[in-house]
Amino acid sequence: MEKLSFRHTTSRALPGAKAQAITGVVASGNLEVLLERTLPPTECTVEIETPIRGYGEVWEAVVADFVARAEPGGLRITINDGGARPDTVSLRLLQGARLMEV
Amino acid sequence: MNERIIDLAARGEGRGWATSWYEASARARIDGLLDAGSFREVIGPEQRRMSPHLPLFDLPRAFDDGMIVGSGRLDGSAVLVAAQEGRFMGGAFGEIHGAKLVGLLRAALKLKPAAVLILFDTGGVRLQEANAGETAIAEVMRAIMRVRAAGVPVIGLIGGRAGAYGGGGLIAGTCSRLVVSEGGRISVSGPEVIETNKGAEEFDSRDRALVWRTMGGKHRRLTGGADAYADDTIEAFRQAALDQIGRAPAFDLATLEAEQRRLEERLVRFGDCRDATEIWGQLGVNDPESVPALTTADFETLLVSLGETTHDAR
Amino acid sequence: MSGWRREREARDARIEAGRSHAEGKVVAADKVVDLLEAILRPGDRVCLEGDNQKQADCLARGLSQCDPSRVHDLHMVQSGIVLPEHLDIFEQGIAKRLDYSYSGPQGGRIARMLYGGQIELGAVHTYLELFARYFVDLTPNVALIAGVSADRDGNLYTGPNTEDTPTVVEATAFKNGVVVAQVNEIVDRVPRVDIPGDRVDFVVEADKPFYVEPLFTRDPAAMTETQILMAMMAIKGIYAEYGIRRLNHGIGFGTAAIELLLPTYAERLGLKGEIATHWALNPHPTLIPAIESGWVKQVHCFGSEVGMDRYIRERSDIFFTGADGSLRSNRAFCQTAGLYACDLFIGSTLQIDLTGHSSTVTQNRVAGFGGAPNMGSDPHGRRHPSDTWMKAGREAQVTGDPALMRGRKLVVQIVETFGDGLVPTFVERLDALELAKKIGLELAPVMVYADDVTHIVTEEGIANLLLCRTADEREQAIRGVAGYTEIGRGRDRAMVERLRQRGIVRRPEDLGIEPLDADRSLLAAKSIKDLVHWSGGLYEPPAKFRNW
Repeated sequence: MEKLSFRHTTSRALPGAKAQAITGVVASGNLEVLLERTLPPTECTVEIETPIRGYGEVWEAVVADFVARAEPGGLRITINDGGARPDTVSLRLLQGARLMEV
Repeated sequence: MNERIIDLAARGEGRGWATSWYEASARARIDGLLDAGSFREVIGPEQRRMSPHLPLFDLPRAFDDGMIVGSGRLDGSAVLVAAQEGRFMGGAFGEIHGAKLVGLLRAALKLKPAAVLILFDTGGVRLQEANAGETAIAEVMRAIMRVRAAGVPVIGLIGGRAGAYGGGGLIAGTCSRLVVSEGGRISVSGPEVIETNKGAEEFDSRDRALVWRTMGGKHRRLTGGADAYADDTIEAFRQAALDQIGRAPAFDLATLEAEQRRLEERLVRFGDCRDATEIWGQLGVNDPESVPALTTADFETLLVSLGETTHDAR
Repeated sequence: MSGWRREREARDARIEAGRSHAEGKVVAADKVVDLLEAILRPGDRVCLEGDNQKQADCLARGLSQCDPSRVHDLHMVQSGIVLPEHLDIFEQGIAKRLDYSYSGPQGGRIARMLYGGQIELGAVHTYLELFARYFVDLTPNVALIAGVSADRDGNLYTGPNTEDTPTVVEATAFKNGVVVAQVNEIVDRVPRVDIPGDRVDFVVEADKPFYVEPLFTRDPAAMTETQILMAMMAIKGIYAEYGIRRLNHGIGFGTAAIELLLPTYAERLGLKGEIATHWALNPHPTLIPAIESGWVKQVHCFGSEVGMDRYIRERSDIFFTGADGSLRSNRAFCQTAGLYACDLFIGSTLQIDLTGHSSTVTQNRVAGFGGAPNMGSDPHGRRHPSDTWMKAGREAQVTGDPALMRGRKLVVQIVETFGDGLVPTFVERLDALELAKKIGLELAPVMVYADDVTHIVTEEGIANLLLCRTADEREQAIRGVAGYTEIGRGRDRAMVERLRQRGIVRRPEDLGIEPLDADRSLLAAKSIKDLVHWSGGLYEPPAKFRNW
């Protein structure tokens, strides 16, 4: 398993009061994303465990685009990956952020 | 106990269509099955109680190890509930996965809920942690006996992709009542296992019509292997679960002897049949070939006309 | 005088030799090898009917059992290399040279055999191209074809999978060739005459019904949110914008998702009757909800699809059917229809390069072309206008007299940026070029050339290549929808933004589509069972697609 970890600073905290949410499932080509509102309001971390090695640059780009788009300040995001394609990762991250904004 | 966690993406809420049980995630099933907002998860994903074994095989883990357990309300009554996520490792029993279910059943002895609901979706024991998985199956069956003996019905709900196979099929056999949908399958050996051991002439696992008429929901319901047949919607499973809680038999010697008789008679009556359609014919179904295509309403009518598929056994 | 009838005399001699193994025209299954050895001559051009779907499998087995000392050096001219026997005969020396168009399941083996020199390759064609050559320089001496039933005079009923048969027979029977048909049964009277008996010389009653592969069945249960998002973009950004009524779909999940969104998403956009009314298409089960909802006016088919026969019979307003009620398909006519009478082709591919060339060839497989290069090309012989065609023409027009402008066919590639196993769809250089070099192909197996492609749809957006004015713009437009592939990450972000301002690159939000709304709840059918319900129980899916 390859472990990746990214830390970002955002300009705001993600709106909403939900403390945690989970979306997706660990299956072939899919992933689960756990989001927890446990960090300072303008910090965001994303930790990933993936069985597919060598895609660090792609993960970095996907996560950076997601952070720029959703501004998920305050979230600790943890991902168990089952070999998802980048577009699926993006989709799950955005779904997760939407759940937390409730 | 944690905040309720939902998988919104898998729900059709507010869109005017019924959510398919078969398609829904384990979390979505629980969420739609119980009274809205009543589910409280135990050992939620944020506790990260993941398999200690899978990393040794370089396999990804799940935060809940594919088993979601907790408490909630069903039409106002307190229930305990466990759901397997059939898409993670085929819903297979590993150490944590099994331990969570055993723990829930043991808690039932103290909490005395109106029922324990088990939402099966499993291929059996997880190969990578087979010893722990096999032990868990045995412990779950023992725990179910105790729960039933304490007067708490255990209702199994089966309608997921993975069915209830292997040890899951054994556990299902110990439940007070089983609800199954058309897509649900119940068996011990899976189609591929049979084909591998006995050859494709004996059982062609790719002939999915054969698989379903041998192990699928309609066949199990017709032969009394399941006690209720539900449409493939979460709402239908909720209604069926409610109905079955009230009908669960007492767990006593009379029930067990009745179950033994039922199974012996079944073997005598159908032991020579070569195909499920022959069994259906002997049960009195006029046009056995048409059974797989029947709608839920027509199938229910057929069940009523046969009149012998309900029993006090199990 | 006799010098002008040599072919006819040779044909008569072959038939005479074959008659000793027949009763009239009828040949028993166990006499197939004798028959074939009697009528074939070394070096013959032979069409062993292997279509996209139906296979003359009994005759293929027979041919592979012939004695190579009697039957050898055959030149096979057939559209599909599908069965193992189609290649076995090359290993045995029975056949030597090959001209074909599609080799899906045998793609790996054919590549190895080409590399090993066991096959002398003429060319890999499109269907229509190979059919054309049947009438010019690849006319078969012997055609071995398949049908459902025949009478003793040889009148042939092909069943719904007529496919290539009329074309093959036309070329063979009218140019002094011998036609042998395998049928599932000999009957007193065929349900309808697809091939008149005087074009069929021998009829073999096969030992088992001919094989047909369900190639066009896509299970809605396997459709992903990404495919649904792409389908939404195609409907709103292409079908609606160009008013596409006449079209052909490929067989991928992306196009199947479009079919399932017509009665739901497209209906909500008010597009019913405005788009997707007339089709050149196999009878896709996923089109059933759109047909039942009144979207579809008519469909002409290349072939049939397993399980769709009863449904088609009951929907003769939509499909082409015979007096007997069953589907009449015809690959040559339907390919022509797709080429000249459709305004749009949309399909998927495995690789797209920076200019827009695409290919389904991977390093070790020669899958062939089938019909896609024909469907997916702009026919320069077209002379009838349509609003769609003219709008595309205006977009492509750069210079010249507007009065002499002509239209363009829309050729759309709908692809996910990564394929199975995280293999990128967008590449610097097609694997097809490497393969061509390795096995010595003069022409690299390109499926759709860049100059025919008008749009690329991915989950990231739509690139409109018609509007690109320079090679650089084109490359950046492609990079701009290539997602997180290396090609996509290598984009010039500022330039892609400028292309976006000009509508050359369009994101879901530019089209008013929220990616999180791309949900399976939009599918008119979510399972094969749903399709059966939509059809009123008339669709009978093959066992491998059932879960009941």
